[in-house]
Amino acid sequence: MMTLLVNVTGLVLIVAIVWWFWLAEAGRESEPVRATDEEMEVLVKDGVYEPDHIRLPAGEPATLYFRREDPSPCAEYVLFPDLEVSAQLAVGERTPVRLPAAEPGKYPFTCQMQMYRGSLSIE
Amino acid sequence: MSAETTTTSPRTFRLEGVTCAGCVRKIENSLGAVEGVAEARVNLADRTLQVSGEASDAECIAAVESAGYGAERVRASERERREQQHEEEQRHYRSLLLRCALALGLGVPLMAWGLLGGDMMVNTPSQQLAWGAVGLLTLGVLVYCGGHFFTGAWRAFRHHNANMDTLVALGTGAAWLFSMAVVLAPQLLPEAARHVYFEASAMIIGLINLGQALELRARGRTSAAVEKLLELQDPTARVVRDGEERDLPLEEVRVDDRVRVRPGEKIPVDGTVEEGSSLVDESMLTGEPVPVKKGEGDFLSAGTLNKNGTLLFRAEKVGADTRLAQIIEMVKNAQSSRVPIARLADRISAIFVPTVMIIAVLAALAWFNFGPEPRAAHVLVVMTAVLIIACPCALGLATPMSVMVGVGKGAEHGVLIRNGKALQQASKLRTLVVDKTGTLTEGEPKLTEIETDDGFAGSADDLLQLLASLEQGSEHPLAAAVVAAARDRDVEFLRTEEFEAITAHGVTGRVDGKVLFLGNRKLMEREKIDAGGWRERVQELAGKGRTAMYAAVDGKMAGIIAVSDPLREDAKTAVTRLQQLGLRIEMLTGDNEGTAQAVARQLGIDRVHAELQPEDKEKIIGELQGSGEQVGMAGDGINDAPALARADVGFAIGAGTDVAIETADVTLMRSSLHGVADAIELSRATLRNIKQNLFGAFIYNTLGIPIAAGVLYPFTGALLSPVIAGAAMAMSSVTVVSNANRLRFFKPQGSGKSNTNEPATGGQVQ
Repeated sequence: MMTLLVNVTGLVLIVAIVWWFWLAEAGRESEPVRATDEEMEVLVKDGVYEPDHIRLPAGEPATLYFRREDPSPCAEYVLFPDLEVSAQLAVGERTPVRLPAAEPGKYPFTCQMQMYRGSLSIE
Repeated sequence: MSAETTTTSPRTFRLEGVTCAGCVRKIENSLGAVEGVAEARVNLADRTLQVSGEASDAECIAAVESAGYGAERVRASERERREQQHEEEQRHYRSLLLRCALALGLGVPLMAWGLLGGDMMVNTPSQQLAWGAVGLLTLGVLVYCGGHFFTGAWRAFRHHNANMDTLVALGTGAAWLFSMAVVLAPQLLPEAARHVYFEASAMIIGLINLGQALELRARGRTSAAVEKLLELQDPTARVVRDGEERDLPLEEVRVDDRVRVRPGEKIPVDGTVEEGSSLVDESMLTGEPVPVKKGEGDFLSAGTLNKNGTLLFRAEKVGADTRLAQIIEMVKNAQSSRVPIARLADRISAIFVPTVMIIAVLAALAWFNFGPEPRAAHVLVVMTAVLIIACPCALGLATPMSVMVGVGKGAEHGVLIRNGKALQQASKLRTLVVDKTGTLTEGEPKLTEIETDDGFAGSADDLLQLLASLEQGSEHPLAAAVVAAARDRDVEFLRTEEFEAITAHGVTGRVDGKVLFLGNRKLMEREKIDAGGWRERVQELAGKGRTAMYAAVDGKMAGIIAVSDPLREDAKTAVTRLQQLGLRIEMLTGDNEGTAQAVARQLGIDRVHAELQPEDKEKIIGELQGSGEQVGMAGDGINDAPALARADVGFAIGAGTDVAIETADVTLMRSSLHGVADAIELSRATLRNIKQNLFGAFIYNTLGIPIAAGVLYPFTGALLSPVIAGAAMAMSSVTVVSNANRLRFFKPQGSGKSNTNEPATGGQVQ
């Protein structure tokens, strides 16, 4: 009985991990934040960009503001590898990150070690 | 929270439209009415406003505007910000060390107790009580020293994300929960499994904090190069305004300000010298060790060092527009750019943490179903060890750290690399196409020979005097060489009349009453002047790569002059060095075949493309690429822009001009082909470093995880202690960063010192 219970719990855990970290995330397209207004800023704190899904209109350059509150070095840089943009973020400051006009599509942004992750939808 | 932070430290604003003491009052009163302004003071001389208090910047600016003026926040200089960040980092470092010390302070005695044979089992109520107390202490450690792992893990979890925090939190949390369950209800478990693992939780938290502190330290050194560049900026400049000299903060220097620099001071902004002359050391930007003489009309770059004279110059570019600022910007951008080779690592690290979690569960199930007793304890140890030993950081850090150091190192040697992609491609180059003019040669033709005919009454200088006077009116580049040579020899110029340029032949005119003809053989034939034995001489000179012209005075042969674009002093050694690196060199030039071949022979260049039109250069690069080669192109960045862009890696040499910096993959601040060799050596060293890091990180994880899962148990009869797993994980990322830091000792071969490069393999076809 105990054996069965433990094994079932283990398998449920695996399914839950797969679902929560991979499947559920992929399905969560509907709620990105539209970044058109000046006051919008991305909070860099405790391993997470908040908001981490941002929408921007295609074909025009934009500026995103990042506020880093995490002093650990992981958070120091934000990279948009596909746009060839990167910025060094100062602790406790609001850093503008200028993005060039881009084709519609999905552009991930991460920290250097990819522990912080977010995605930018250009549409 | 508002967009701007509210601060109590005084802030400075630059004011517009302030002219008199009346304005000062109005602004100060207006600000005084704003809530949260403790003090506002206007400095009329500087036209600045200092505000202290908690009011936001926007409120202050609004108040100034309501009084009818303009205001703009003066941003702290890059340097000050750096310092602030350093302090911040220092604080973070100290707090990590403190957390580490506290956690180890609890963990080490507990572990020692266990190792020295102390009882770690919970059987009696008194043991329950004692271990319960330890458990609460451990909880304190987890919350105070490891709280950030737990909050990070939770926040990431809510965002469907998992990172290193997740692994640490799960590992230490599981160990603590299990131990606490043992303490509270030991009867639930078989006797052999009533073991507590509080020491593991505390030790892991302590070790990982230590690892992060060490990593922070090591990381600080990776940005040393940018730091050095930033230190080139003095915080103040001596500005002459309204006839008065004042020391102003760098941010307040404006275009068209007149700036004075005394001996031993750094040039604060870019500009042009108006008065004085001095030697200026530009080595920090160009890597060129010899100071350059600067006088009226010469350009000065911010960050260079004024050696011996006082200079007064007009500021042309300030702030972010200076060349130094652009270099810093570019280096910083390149340092954090991605390298294509890292793509696999990126893909793996994207799915790394959830995968490790699944492995941990699978390993735990395996031990539960098939493992020996005490199963419950084994399950916990295996699961914790797997979660803790896996290190996404080492994988994620492998490339960025090396790129950071490599690009920075390049900047120290006057080699600006655009991005990680350029760095990687430069390491793979097999063919280098070099534009001759300005790259292999000086780019300024010089007079090399002047020989007189026996029939000419006078010395070589007399002939030069006549020809230089004639050529004064000409715009031909060869004419410039003749005129310059005459100036060098202090020859007096004579009046020229009836000057005429005869297309494709040469020039003619009357100097000092004599009729002169200077040009090629066709000109002599047209004028029916017998060139005699000079023809062979002219051909001989052409064979040496020179361009020779006939000179005739009053219808008789007077002699010849020859000019050539001299080779750069270091061209030969640089070409040899590049060939030793395994590159095949091809030369491009618009010159005629004979001259080009002569230059190529002198330099030992394998292949020459001569008599090219500018647009041909790009085509040749394309053809070479068509044969599947990685082709680099070195040129001056202005005339060769399309070819540079077409090449896999474009090296813009010696210009440091804005155009070059914008278009080239690699910009060389120094006018020497050695820079290309430096860049290639550096890129190879960096790529090798990246590969070592990636290999190390892969091996570490692919070996570490199975060991933690207990595959060695059948042989050793023991499981990997989660504490050892924690230590291994903490050290792995430190190792990666330290290995990247080894690149800081890179020295290009050209500078005479040995470096980490392996000898170049052969393979080039001569």
